[in-house]
Amino acid sequence: MTQALDEIKIGGMGASRKRVEDNRFIRGKGNYTDDIHLPGMLHMEILRSPVAHARITRIDASRAWEIPGVHLVLTGEMMATRNLAWMPTLSYDTQAVLATDKVRFQGQEVACVIADDPYIAKDACEAIEIDYEPLPVVVNPMQAGEPDAPVIRDDKENQAGNVIYDWEVGDAEGTDRAFEQADMISRLQLHYPRSHPSPIECCGSIADFNRSTSKLTVYMTTQAPHIIRAAVALVAELPEHMIRIISPDIGGGFGNKVPVYPGYVASILASILLERPVKWIEDKTGNLISTGFARDVYLDGELALRRDGKILGMRMRTLADHGAFFSDAQPSKFKIGLIHSTFGCYDVPVAHLAARGMYTNKAPGGVAYRCSFRVTEAMFFQERMMHAAANDLGIDQAEFRRINLVRDDQFPHRTPLGFLLDSGQYGACLELGLKAVGYEDFLREKEEAKKKGRLLGIGISTMSEPLGAGNSREYDILGIKMFDSAEIRVHMTGKALLRTGARGQGQGHETTWAQIVAHELGIPADDVTVEEGDTDTAPFGMGTYASRSTPVAGAAIAMVCRKVRAKARKLAAHLLEVSEEDIEWELGRFYVRSAPDRGVTIQECAMAAYSNMPDGMEPGLENNAYYDPPNLTWPFACYIVTVEVDPETGVWDVLNIVAVDDCGVRINPMIVEGQIMGGLTEAFAMSNMQFITFDSEGNCIGSNYMDYLIPTSWETPGFELHGEVVTPCPHHPIGAKGVGECAAVGGPAAFVNAVMDALKDTGVRNIDMPLLPDRVWEAITERHDVSGAPPVRSDG
Amino acid sequence: MTIIYEETGEESGAEIPQQRVTIRVNGRKVIAEVEPRLLLAHLLRHGMGLTGTHTGCDTTNCGACTVLVDGRAVKSCTMFAVQAEGREVTTVEGLATQSELHPLQEGFKEEHGLQCGFCTPGMMMAAKALLDRNPDPTEEDIRWGLSGNLCRCTGYQNIVKSVLWAAEKLRSQSAG
Repeated sequence: MTQALDEIKIGGMGASRKRVEDNRFIRGKGNYTDDIHLPGMLHMEILRSPVAHARITRIDASRAWEIPGVHLVLTGEMMATRNLAWMPTLSYDTQAVLATDKVRFQGQEVACVIADDPYIAKDACEAIEIDYEPLPVVVNPMQAGEPDAPVIRDDKENQAGNVIYDWEVGDAEGTDRAFEQADMISRLQLHYPRSHPSPIECCGSIADFNRSTSKLTVYMTTQAPHIIRAAVALVAELPEHMIRIISPDIGGGFGNKVPVYPGYVASILASILLERPVKWIEDKTGNLISTGFARDVYLDGELALRRDGKILGMRMRTLADHGAFFSDAQPSKFKIGLIHSTFGCYDVPVAHLAARGMYTNKAPGGVAYRCSFRVTEAMFFQERMMHAAANDLGIDQAEFRRINLVRDDQFPHRTPLGFLLDSGQYGACLELGLKAVGYEDFLREKEEAKKKGRLLGIGISTMSEPLGAGNSREYDILGIKMFDSAEIRVHMTGKALLRTGARGQGQGHETTWAQIVAHELGIPADDVTVEEGDTDTAPFGMGTYASRSTPVAGAAIAMVCRKVRAKARKLAAHLLEVSEEDIEWELGRFYVRSAPDRGVTIQECAMAAYSNMPDGMEPGLENNAYYDPPNLTWPFACYIVTVEVDPETGVWDVLNIVAVDDCGVRINPMIVEGQIMGGLTEAFAMSNMQFITFDSEGNCIGSNYMDYLIPTSWETPGFELHGEVVTPCPHHPIGAKGVGECAAVGGPAAFVNAVMDALKDTGVRNIDMPLLPDRVWEAITERHDVSGAPPVRSDG
Repeated sequence: MTIIYEETGEESGAEIPQQRVTIRVNGRKVIAEVEPRLLLAHLLRHGMGLTGTHTGCDTTNCGACTVLVDGRAVKSCTMFAVQAEGREVTTVEGLATQSELHPLQEGFKEEHGLQCGFCTPGMMMAAKALLDRNPDPTEEDIRWGLSGNLCRCTGYQNIVKSVLWAAEKLRSQSAG
C-alpha cells in the first residue's frame, strides 16, 4: 500500500528547511566577486572628484603612466573617443561614465588606472593631476528650483532649469471638492532623508574579454544580470550572444546592485583594450558616495476628514532630490516609482498626487532600497499622516485605522490612484497586533508613567505594499517587460536542475525554489539543484529586487513544474497502461483512479522519459515558463512599537516591537521570519541613526561607516513576530506574496509614531528622521518641530 | 603585492621592496615576501587564497575581515601582514576539521544566523573569541561581544541565537 508523501518531510511548502547555501557560507567557501581570481588579471581603481560641482580645466596623467606596473589610465576624453563617456540610465537619462566637461557631484568618477595590483593602481590614481574650477553647488531641491540656481545638466539640450519631471496622478478636481466638503483638514510636511542601502559587500566586476573567441565574460555584483547584458549590448555595441554576465554570490544588495555603474563599464573597456581580465572592487567610500542612494524626498500632504474619522480625500505633493543624473532603477512608466500606492490600504474615495523631481549636485541613484520603488516614502508618509490626523481629530490611533482600513469584503479594491489591491484581512492583522502588544494596558501604563515624569509612547503602522512587478502592460524597464522565468530539467533518476531569471542576494533562493518544486512535483527538495545568475545558462529574467522574486519567478517555477507534471502524466498513463483521463495525482505519485494501489512515482515517470516513452513522444522531461503576473501582490503588515523617551537627554529606548505580517502562503517560515527581522532592523536604523547628508559645499557626510551609522547587535532591539494571519494571494499559483521588504517599508513610521506619541503633550507635530537624541531633546525643550536632515537644515 | 613560499623558504626576486614574514595560518607555517604596507586581510585573501575572510569597509567598522591572531579577534583590514610576524592566525577556513563543523558553524545554519553570508565568517570568528573567554554568555554578553561586526541582512536576533546554540553545544561537549 503506497502512501502520499509528507510534504514537510520532503522539504516542500511550509517546511522551515535549513538553507542549502549556508553549507558553503559557513565554511568561508562562498564565491563573491572579489573571491574570483583569473590568470593574468589586472586591477582597476577609480579616481573620484573631491568636489561637488566644478569645471575640469586640466587632466594630466603623465606621472601615473610612469609608475611601474601601470598598464592603462582611462580618462573621460579617452572614453569619448569610443563613445563611452556617457551611458544611458535606467530612467531614460544619461550619466557620465568618466567626467569630460564637469564634475557634478562629490565622488563622481573622473579617471581609472589599471595596474598589476590594486596598491599600484591606487598610487597611480594619486599621481593624476586635475585642475577643478569650482562652480556654485546645489544640495537640495529647493535650492535647485531657485531662479539663479546653476543649470546642473547643461550637457543636455533643452534643459533650461533643474526640473527633471513633473508628474501627476489622480483626480485633482474631485479631490478639491472632497476638501471643500471636509469637516476638518489635517496636513503634514516631512522629509524622508537620504539613505544608502549599503550592503557590506561593495560593488565590483571582473571583465574578461577574450579576443580569440570575441566573447566578453563579466563577473559582477548585480541583482539583475540579464538587464546588464542588454545594457552592455546597447552601450558597448557588442553582440548580445557574445556577452556573458555572471553574478556570483552577492554580499547583500538591497537595491544598491541594480543600476549600471561607471566602474563596470570602465572595467569592460579596459579588458577589451588590454585583452586581459580586469578586476574592479569598489572601496566603501566609493560605494557610499557614488552608488545608488535611496529616499531624499520632501513630502507634503493633507487629508480631508469627516468629524467621525472617515477620510474623504487625500492630496499629496512630493519633491524629490535625484542627484546629478536621473538614474533611478524603476519601472519606466512612473517617474517616482510606485509612490502613488500611498494610502492604498485605506478606503479613500478620491486622491491626487503631484510629483516633481530635481537635479542637484549629489550622487545619483534613487534605488529601491529594500522596497518596491519608492513605496517606503509612500508608506512612511501615509502612516505619519494617519498618526497626525488621528491626533488632530482626537480619535484613538487604532480606532482611526479601524474606521478607514479596507474591509475584507471590499477586495479586489481599486484605489483612487490606480492600483488594484488583491486581498487581505487588514482588520484581523491590526487586532492581532494590538492584542500582542497589550494596547489598552500600555495606554494605562503610559498615563501612570506620565505622573512620574516618564515619557512612554506607542506607534502603529499598518500598510499594504505593492510587490512583484509587473504585469507587463504597466511595468517595464527601458521597454523590457517585467515578467520572469524558470526552466527545469528532471534527470533520468528523478533529480532535477532548476534555473530562474532571478538572482538572490541572501534571500535563500537555492533553498526555497527547491521547496516549490517539491510542492508541485513531489521531488524532494534535496534532490533539486537551483542555479541563478549566469546569463549563458539561466532563462531571461528581470532579476531580484522590489520583492519580486517569489511573486514572479516563484510563480514561474510553479508553472514550469505544472508543465512537466502534465508530461509526466502522459508517461504515467503509458506505464500504467490506462488512459490519461483515468489517472489522478497526489504528491509525488500518479495512480489509477479506480485502483489507487496501482501507481507510479514521479521518479519512475522521469526514468520512462529517457528509457521507455510511448511511441511518438518527444524524449526528456524538461520545460521552461515565462510568467507575466496579472497584478502585483499586496501583503499587509501591522507594526507596533513602544518606546520610552528620556526627557533629559532625548535618548529613546525601544520597549517592544510587534510585527504581524500577512504575506500570503509562506514557502519557508524560517526564511520569511529572517526577512522580517532584517527589515525591522533597517526600519529601526532609519528612524534612529542612519542617514546621509551634505554640507553646503556638497561634501557627503556619511561617506564611511564612522559617519554613516548602521546599527550593531548592541543597539538593535529584539522582535516579536506573528504570522497567524494568512490570506493567500488569489492570482498567484501558490498563493504567495512578497515579504522581504515590508518591515523596512512599514516599520520606520511605527518607531517615529511611538516617539511622537511620547512627545504628544509638547504639541510637537513632527521630527524628521533620524530621531537623534539632540533633535528629540530640541523638540521637547523648544516645543517646536525639527525638520530637515542634520546638519543641513531644510531651508524651505 | 605578494609572493608566497609555503614551507620552502625561497628568496624573493621581486622589484618592489619586500619584507619576509613568517606566520602560522590555520596551523600551517607560511613564509611570505610582502610589501610592508600590505594588509593582513589582503595577504590572507589574495596571497594565500583564503577568501573566506572578507573585506567590507576599509575602516575597521564592519568586522567582515575578523580573524583570530593568537586567539584574539582582530580586524585584519587594519593590521599589516608584517605585524603578524611570528603569530598564530586562524581564519574561518580553520574553524572546521575535514569531517566536522565547528559548533558555531552548525549554530549559524541551525538558527538561520546568516542570509547573504558576507559578514558570517567575521561574525563567527568574533563569536569564537567571545566563547573562548566566556563559555556561557548571556544574550546581552553576545550582543556586546559582537557589536564590532555589522550585518545588514538578519537583524542580529538569529545571530545571537546561533551563538547561544553553539555555546550550549560546546559546553555539553566539554562536559561530556
